[in-house]
Amino acid sequence: MNTRGLRSQLKDSVPVTGLCPQAGSYGVQDSLRRGFSSVKNELLPSHPLELSEKNFQLNQDKMNFNTLRNIQGLHAPLKLQMEYRAARQIQRLPFLPSSNLALDTLRGTDDSIGFEDILNDPVLSEIMGDPHIMTEYKLGVL
Amino acid sequence: TVPVNGSEEGKIKAPKPMKTGTTIAGVVYKDGVVLGADTRATSEEVVADKMCAKIHYIAPNIYCCGAGTAADTEKTTDMLSSNLTIFSMNSGRNPRVVMAVNILQDMLFRYRGMIGAHLILGGVDCTGSHLYTVGPYGSMDKVPYLAMGSGKLPAMGILEDRFKGNMDLEEAKALVSDAIHAGIMSDLASGNNIDLCVITKEGVDYIRPHRESIYNYKRQAKYKYKPGTTPVLNKTVNQLELVHETVQMMETAGSS
Repeated sequence: MNTRGLRSQLKDSVPVTGLCPQAGSYGVQDSLRRGFSSVKNELLPSHPLELSEKNFQLNQDKMNFNTLRNIQGLHAPLKLQMEYRAARQIQRLPFLPSSNLALDTLRGTDDSIGFEDILNDPVLSEIMGDPHIMTEYKLGVL
Repeated sequence: TVPVNGSEEGKIKAPKPMKTGTTIAGVVYKDGVVLGADTRATSEEVVADKMCAKIHYIAPNIYCCGAGTAADTEKTTDMLSSNLTIFSMNSGRNPRVVMAVNILQDMLFRYRGMIGAHLILGGVDCTGSHLYTVGPYGSMDKVPYLAMGSGKLPAMGILEDRFKGNMDLEEAKALVSDAIHAGIMSDLASGNNIDLCVITKEGVDYIRPHRESIYNYKRQAKYKYKPGTTPVLNKTVNQLELVHETVQMMETAGSS
């Protein structure tokens, strides 16, 4: 079993909430990776729609899976979620933008245009992370 | 005012977004739909655009008049048009008006009124001619005659008075044009010319402008300065001499 890969998965999927949301390793604020923090920004949303937009896709999925479970039974959302999980892992290296084509096709968003396609296009991004450091972080070496 | 730097002191006034304080109206007649709009866009007390196009293309058989914040109506209708084009290409059908309305409702409700777009959609599809209005919070109404915008009350008065079912084309165009005209006369934020858009099963007739304003704002005289207006005090000429010339080849993206 590839323990290195497993460790990187754990790192990104166990969020530590509460004490210090900006925490990196050792529980100290991680300015290098997550930027400056301010207590007000961590506790209160800075826009009335911030929370609703941050969780929008998640809530849509939950609602759709619930409906699907009620109509077709538990197997339908389980199978679909398994496919989503598989499709989500098809990514390029961490510093390159991934097309997420398989995930889009599964979701049905490959033939619709939203604000996320027009605004903040990663192709036009002016900053790029250091490839070596980002790969080491993803693999859990850093 | 938008506080810059996050502090309360020293607020810098950001420029207000350009609104199309507007009169827009639509009417369903015998063979289709007539949409009308004025052409003034205001930014607080100044007219920002005298010949603004408020009737936006959505699909070959669907057009949309937009009131509210100009950028919001533009971008929303653009995105709606793109989505409907992709749908038409996928399915090989012309989109129905009710599909456009549903997409708009979902989008506007998701953003809880932050997108300030008050829209009137009109179109002719396989099920007939339809006229819908969509509000910025996602509300929807389907009616045979409509007016929206800051000049909607006077326009609605004209429509309520003279609307009848199954009008013919000239009657319908005159009614919409008069309704917009009433809005222009009674509302500060509407003005200039009147655009009309007639949508039928056969096609679309976009009449821009249908009626021009009598206040045409043509320049009275030429305001260019004649050569020699500024006196020349003295003149010195420095000859530049070519000292050294080199050519350096650069690696460009075109070369492999």
